[in-house]
Amino acid sequence: MSITLVQVIVSGLLLGAVYALFSSGLTLIWGMMNVVNFAHGDFVMLGMYAAVMIWTALGGGPFAAVPVAAMLIATLGIVSYFLLVRHIMRGPMLAQILGTFGLALFLRYSAFWYFGADFKTLPDTIVGGSFVLGGVRFEGSRVLAGGMGLAITLALHLILTRTAIGSRMLAVSEDATAAQLMGIRPQRMQALAWAMAGAATGIAGALIANFFYTSPTVGETLAIIAFVTVSFGGFGSVLGALVAGLIIGVVESLSAYLIGPVYKDVVVYILFVLVLWFRPQGLMGKA
Amino acid sequence: MKRYLFPGALVVLALVYPLLVAGSPVWERLGALVLLGAIGASAWNIVGGYAGQVSVGHSVFFGFGAYSAVVVYTHLGWPPIAGAPLGMVLSVLLAAIIGVPTLRLAGHYFSMATIAVAELVRVLSSTSEFLGGAQGLGGPAMPRTVFDLSFISATPFYYIFLAVLAFLLGLTWWIERGRMGFYLRAIKDSERAARSLGVSSGRYKLYAYMLSGAFTSLAGSLYLCMFGFVDPESGFGILISVKMVVMAALGGAGVLFGPLVGALILVPLEELSNSYLGGRGAGLTFVVYGAIIVIIARFLPSGLLSLFERRPARPPAAKNQPASGHAD
Repeated sequence: MSITLVQVIVSGLLLGAVYALFSSGLTLIWGMMNVVNFAHGDFVMLGMYAAVMIWTALGGGPFAAVPVAAMLIATLGIVSYFLLVRHIMRGPMLAQILGTFGLALFLRYSAFWYFGADFKTLPDTIVGGSFVLGGVRFEGSRVLAGGMGLAITLALHLILTRTAIGSRMLAVSEDATAAQLMGIRPQRMQALAWAMAGAATGIAGALIANFFYTSPTVGETLAIIAFVTVSFGGFGSVLGALVAGLIIGVVESLSAYLIGPVYKDVVVYILFVLVLWFRPQGLMGKA
Repeated sequence: MKRYLFPGALVVLALVYPLLVAGSPVWERLGALVLLGAIGASAWNIVGGYAGQVSVGHSVFFGFGAYSAVVVYTHLGWPPIAGAPLGMVLSVLLAAIIGVPTLRLAGHYFSMATIAVAELVRVLSSTSEFLGGAQGLGGPAMPRTVFDLSFISATPFYYIFLAVLAFLLGLTWWIERGRMGFYLRAIKDSERAARSLGVSSGRYKLYAYMLSGAFTSLAGSLYLCMFGFVDPESGFGILISVKMVVMAALGGAGVLFGPLVGALILVPLEELSNSYLGGRGAGLTFVVYGAIIVIIARFLPSGLLSLFERRPARPPAAKNQPASGHAD
């Protein structure tokens, strides 16, 4: 295998870990409440703008941006849950889709109106440097994003599967009424899920802002990537999202390298349609 | 006699509207745009409203219609409107290709799949030389014959759109009253129940999707005739799909006149904010759109027209029974 190919796969894996991080937020909410957050990509977009603002206004790097973005988007998640999602959850399908879709448009065009349509990029000197290991070049910003993405997604998985609070959330997702009879407050758990999903999404946004272009409409592309990741990994499975995110990162960078950069999204969209066609329950999901 | 008075007055108003605003290009244009928006939203309503399959990728059909019209002009020299039947045929085929796999998906999954397909087509169209790439294609700059439909005033378009909308609403009304209308409503209420009663749900959802696609495509061709230009964003962009969904949902999805009511409110709103707020207004328009959508979903999930519906009287016994589960 040529060294270029290894390079392409490595950068795909690093990007894929960030995809996994923001997709785990989507899958958590989906699995727990059977609600698809169509505004998910725009949550990532706002996390990216938080990082851009912190750099341009305060000169802060990712270590300032990550906690701030996490808190901001977690708050946004909680607010969206209490003001909107809680009410539309039991409504007709059209209202469910419209509700979060309207939120997406609202956030996207508020950003468009406030920040303007132009693409913003952060200088690559914020997370400076790169190193070469075995002939493969690693950029600091991508390694940081990939490493943190992997670590936080795994942590989220462990919280959901190994802790008491995770068990309570699982109980609510399986049967909210039964959970309530056991003394668990479903709304509190669901709000917590939105907060955790928001935090993960905000962190992912702050991390990719260092090497991705930031624009008001970037959320649309990222939302589709999250949909693909979640449908690959199985709805509700964070571990599935991790594996799927890594696969999609590699598929994207391989197709950009082998076919051409324009087609990287095309290949991912085609994969999405194929998965929905043949395995609507997800590659790793249960039937 | 009395019950025909109000609808009759509205029909007369629709017919004479251009005469009332004659001489004011802004108002003439606005009338035509409302009708065009209503055509697209009414076409969406067949599958999204009546059958309850929420497509957020109807721009695929709109774009097919617009591009078919401009392609027959650019590559064959025909008048753009000659591309309309081509676009409709292609859209029916496309609807079958997309619909067979995706209509099996329930609720959210179907919506996501339609978004992905529309995005896929948008990206591909911007790389296609035949379709003019990211720059798009323009129709005839100067009218050659009357068939090019290049009118200075918007009034001829108004009457063309009015005729198309009347036909489409008539067709929808006929479907609504017939066997297919009952099947679609049954599928929307509960697909499993409909299937267990012998409705072949897959087939009827597909019929609705193909019909809806054909008329959305016609709206696209008409759009091109009026505006004379299309690029990937104005043909296949997600906002095109969103507008159809929002107009229908605002007025009332699955209600015959719902999309028209939605268009009557949203199109003037969009034109107003675009002209008063200038270039930056484009962003604010969709902030308002987003807020309206959230409010409809939260407070008025059945649309504006549901406010005027006569509710069936509640059986008096229901009042005396304790509400189940909340007897505290």
